[in-house]
Amino acid sequence: MAEYKVQFEVFEGPLDLLLYLIKQEEVDIYEVNLTRLATQFIAHIDLMREFDLEIAGEFLVMASTLMYIKSRELLPLDQQVVVEGEDEGEDPRWELIRQLVEYKKFKDAAAKLQVREGEQENIFPRLPCKMEFTSAAPAAKPDVSIFDLLNAVNIVLQRFARRDESSREIYEDKWTVSEKIEYVMSVLTSRGSVRFAELFENASSRTEVICTFLALLELIRLKQLACTQPEAFEEIEIRKAVAAGVPPAVEGGILPPGNPLEPSEGLKISASSPPGATPGSTADETSAATDTRQS
Amino acid sequence: MELKFILESLLFSAQKPMSVKELRDVFATAAEAEDADAPVKSLKKVKDDDVTAALETLAREHETAARSYRLVCVAGSWQFVTQPEFAPWLKALVGVKARPSRLSQPALETLAIIAYRQPITRAEVEQIRGVNIDGTMQTLLERGLVESVGRAEVVGRPQIYSTTTLFLEYFGLRGLEDLPAADELRRIVVEKPPAPVTVDPGLATAPPEQLALAETEAQVTGQESPQ
Repeated sequence: MAEYKVQFEVFEGPLDLLLYLIKQEEVDIYEVNLTRLATQFIAHIDLMREFDLEIAGEFLVMASTLMYIKSRELLPLDQQVVVEGEDEGEDPRWELIRQLVEYKKFKDAAAKLQVREGEQENIFPRLPCKMEFTSAAPAAKPDVSIFDLLNAVNIVLQRFARRDESSREIYEDKWTVSEKIEYVMSVLTSRGSVRFAELFENASSRTEVICTFLALLELIRLKQLACTQPEAFEEIEIRKAVAAGVPPAVEGGILPPGNPLEPSEGLKISASSPPGATPGSTADETSAATDTRQS
Repeated sequence: MELKFILESLLFSAQKPMSVKELRDVFATAAEAEDADAPVKSLKKVKDDDVTAALETLAREHETAARSYRLVCVAGSWQFVTQPEFAPWLKALVGVKARPSRLSQPALETLAIIAYRQPITRAEVEQIRGVNIDGTMQTLLERGLVESVGRAEVVGRPQIYSTTTLFLEYFGLRGLEDLPAADELRRIVVEKPPAPVTVDPGLATAPPEQLALAETEAQVTGQESPQ
């Protein structure tokens, strides 16, 4: 007897049960003998009531509909009561069949989706590994080496070299590398790219130029910036690195990723002595910067 | 160079499925390169339709060639995928795909109704299935296969639901029109049979063959009702 109950739990609702009964009859849904179906259905409900009252409740509406259809069918046509207000065409049997057909179609569609679901587990997309050569900024412009940058900053510095010869003044340490980092980043955020010389146009002293230059070097080291030179000896162009979201390698004195505008203590140290990447020829600039910052 | 082969090379190397828009962006970027020559520049403003048509040609060609992989469009994005029959070896190579457990029968039925009839209210789904669907809806929402897309302008302003992009991806569908038998199920119109079944006057019980609605099948599938 317990097996019966298990079988009932397969049904999700009255429509499900009806479909099951129709399948048992092995007839087309449109050719259902509803009278017989109703009898079967009610027999099932009776059984169900014995086992599980709560489930049976859900089936009551369907059962009464079927009872109504059955009772109507039993009457000769001319004696059938035409309920007032009820459209003559509203054959309850037809309404039920329509509902059944609709439900059956969705059940079939669900079965097709299930097939697809299983199929998808066996389909593997082509996922190539990450390319080793990352695409260099939009165009394949040659990257700028540290020497190009140094040459460029030397040209800028010549502007001050002559002036500084005539009169020597002692400046207060007005500029810091971290301020300049902010400045460079804000320029790039608003404009996208900037020419090298433009960064120094407003610089009023050698110290400021050097601070800006160090800021530039630091940002390049942190892979926040990319420098390109369209052709040899042309103006160097600076833009934000393509993969700016990539956190820089975290080693002593590096900005927290994605937060380049808040230089840490460590930055100042590393800014005053750019690691390894600085060849010997830059030692002058580096020590100059260190001096200016400490004077 | 033929557009379809350029697309093929792009999809071959792409690390994710590419939508037509993303592919067009690639064409635009390539044309902006300084050393771009005429053929590259000529494709700068390639049209959506041309790209789609080329991709479809490509997909057909791959199908005809019956290779071990094919080009598919899932949720509007194109990618190469392997044919299912090679799964045993691929599973050994890359491991079983990390997919959530399969959907239950009730969940699939509910999902099918939402997919074909979206946007739809919970009550409308329940009407079709004839049962309460609170539990299965919860599952579908948690799995991200359906989502609430607003409220119906009827009494009580019930939430209305649609399927998500994840749904398309989960079943490998290009779009909603790609659902099996979509044209039929999106809006089922079941015609009423033309004539009511008559019984002979005086008979207390109608003979079973007349109750069986034998004639209705042809009429339902075809002609309109004269009534």
